[in-house]
Amino acid sequence: MGQETMTGAELVLKALVDQGVEVIFGYPGGAVLPLYDELFKQNSLRHILVRHEQAAVHAAEGYARSTGKVGVVLVTSGPGATNAVTGLLDALCDSVPIVCLSGQVPTHLIGNDAFQEADTTGITRPCTKHNYLVKDVNQTARILHEAFYVARTGRPGPVVVDLPKDILVGRGEYVGPGKVKHKSYRPQVKGDLKAIEAAVAMMAEAKRPVFYIGGGVVNSGPAASQLLTQFVHMTGFPCTQTLMGLGGFPGSDPLSLGMLGMHGTYEANLAMHGCDLMVCVGARFDDRVTGRLNAFSPQSRKIHIDIDPSSINKNVAVELSIVGDVGHVLEDMIKVWKSRQIRASEADLKEWWASINRWRSKDCLRYQQSGKLIKPQHAIERLYQLTRDRDTYITTEVGQHQMWAAQFYKFETPCRWMPSGGLGTMGYGLPAALGVQVAHPASLVIDIAGEASIQMNIQEMATLAQYRLPVKVFILNNQYMGMVRQWQELLHGARYSESRSTALPDFVKLAEAFGAVGLKAETVDDLDDVIHKMIDCDRAVIVDCHVDPKENCFPMIPSGAAHNEMLLGPKDEATGGGAISEDGMVLV
Amino acid sequence: MVQQPQEIRRHTIAILVDNEVGVLARVIGLFSGRGYNIESLTVAEVDPREQLSRITIVTSGTLMVIEQIKAQLRRLVPVHKVSDLTIEGPSVSRELALVKVAGSGEKRVESLRIADIFRARAVDSTNESFVFEIVGSTDKLDAFIHLMEPLGLVDVSRTGVAAIARGPQSI
Repeated sequence: MGQETMTGAELVLKALVDQGVEVIFGYPGGAVLPLYDELFKQNSLRHILVRHEQAAVHAAEGYARSTGKVGVVLVTSGPGATNAVTGLLDALCDSVPIVCLSGQVPTHLIGNDAFQEADTTGITRPCTKHNYLVKDVNQTARILHEAFYVARTGRPGPVVVDLPKDILVGRGEYVGPGKVKHKSYRPQVKGDLKAIEAAVAMMAEAKRPVFYIGGGVVNSGPAASQLLTQFVHMTGFPCTQTLMGLGGFPGSDPLSLGMLGMHGTYEANLAMHGCDLMVCVGARFDDRVTGRLNAFSPQSRKIHIDIDPSSINKNVAVELSIVGDVGHVLEDMIKVWKSRQIRASEADLKEWWASINRWRSKDCLRYQQSGKLIKPQHAIERLYQLTRDRDTYITTEVGQHQMWAAQFYKFETPCRWMPSGGLGTMGYGLPAALGVQVAHPASLVIDIAGEASIQMNIQEMATLAQYRLPVKVFILNNQYMGMVRQWQELLHGARYSESRSTALPDFVKLAEAFGAVGLKAETVDDLDDVIHKMIDCDRAVIVDCHVDPKENCFPMIPSGAAHNEMLLGPKDEATGGGAISEDGMVLV
Repeated sequence: MVQQPQEIRRHTIAILVDNEVGVLARVIGLFSGRGYNIESLTVAEVDPREQLSRITIVTSGTLMVIEQIKAQLRRLVPVHKVSDLTIEGPSVSRELALVKVAGSGEKRVESLRIADIFRARAVDSTNESFVFEIVGSTDKLDAFIHLMEPLGLVDVSRTGVAAIARGPQSI
């Protein structure tokens, strides 16, 4: 003993500082007043006041995903915590390291239906990697250090620490981060060497191999992407990326097949369907990737590298699994490949690439930009061309605009592309961009949005104004919830039930009301000029880009279909009337 | 006995966890949230010094589902060990039941006779009822309860399965 005691609130802030935290995204309230009082008295932590707790979590996600650090959130009890739930689940689905501190009513009132009381640990249990309710002030520092450790190691994820108010004002002792060791939690980082050797042997025999990479490569850190790129080049195998894996391998590399899955490229999906060896690196055979499971890549042997054992054999049974961090595993694989001087059969690879190039020549992403009306694909392509050479970060909302961004914006490095993937959270992009801009004040941060999604967290424009964050919101305005409309067209007899964006605000005036700059592009002639103006503006900007309301996102694997049953464009849609089976109708 | 891929089979899974607030809710929430079945569940602290509890769950599913259940359990932060007693070597499992039978005359005598055959003990007795305590496998308990039905069965309380691997090794 003999150590000086501190209040719970002081313990929390000291633990945050010792964990290297610089920024907190939060919103005050009764239960967290002691913490806000401590924040007021210090200068080492910066607090960003959002306008809604959901946005606090998304902002922390943007911060975390673009820096590799843990994002920190501070919300009050009751509604503060429940508002954060969507963000927490989003972070869980996309494996983003977050520590969310929530206020709680004093310990003696827990269970009493007190004012602004919620069973936060109960509500967030299935939405977090782990959560804690602090019941002893002396455990506060230990639990916080443990929370950071759990959030950032293994498969990263959100961790909630629920802090009753009496704990925040009580006095206890501090322990430093070095003294904390978890009793049971031991993520496996190094892969089993025997399995790695077996994997390399399988790769050496492959005739039609493909790398299928996902967000795990991005999450593992920049070194993992470099190792992967090196390994793909050593093997000469084609490499396709999931939505979350874009940027994990350079998008403009000749060995890249682009994105796979529901709106992936023809060549990527046919390569997956026709391959004899699939090397899955940090991806999880999500239903958006596999299409109909019993027709998924029928002739291939599969190798799955993942840090999360529960991802292995979950949807698709694989021949060989390697549990470990993809960075470490790739390092070992490269060593084994080199030491054995393995070369894949050039003749077989050549034949395989000939097939792939034939599929490529379909040019599945083609579209027709004719007339004055802007095609959404063209808008993204121009945005890409005019921003690709800059220090650019892209976030998106969810829907057609997100898929077009994934198809037409190419990423050469990881952590530059931040969509809401697994949960598909509309309203994610603006607050996420806010968090990215906080981490990278001098960079160009663009939220590619739809006119519907952007309205879900539009209040964060005020946060941009308060902190002078020059985030650019690029709205593809097609006056529809485009993806809903597209599905209604394909699946529900073009009955556009409630998918029209009516009573839209004037986005230019809206921007101005929030102290930002509003720009509008109505014809294809305006487009470049507006994008230039947006880039050159040193303030927050909303671009209202009017695009063809009837455009659909292709290629598309209809739900319940297999990779080789893609719709390539409106013509397939017209002729393939029965392309979507009744089984597919029930799928989302 | 190798389980075929599509065959649904019953597995007994032992889980060693930190005895902390909410740990049972995490395990049960995992089963309900992912649509897995719980046929029986027992839990109690087994190591007061280390504050460890042992949960025994009987569940059923295809091989892929059972593997997934174990992987998901291992992913929970307070979980130390997960052991599939059904496939990891021989094990013993027991269940205890308290079975109340009310009746008189021949039925009452018959219930005592059957209890004797099953090595059940009468732990409470009134002029018109018995409470039997019976220990054994789930099947044995099922059989006993089934036989008691026509003899005036009024109440059953079962503990659920407790199980442990044979041999000198710990979990």
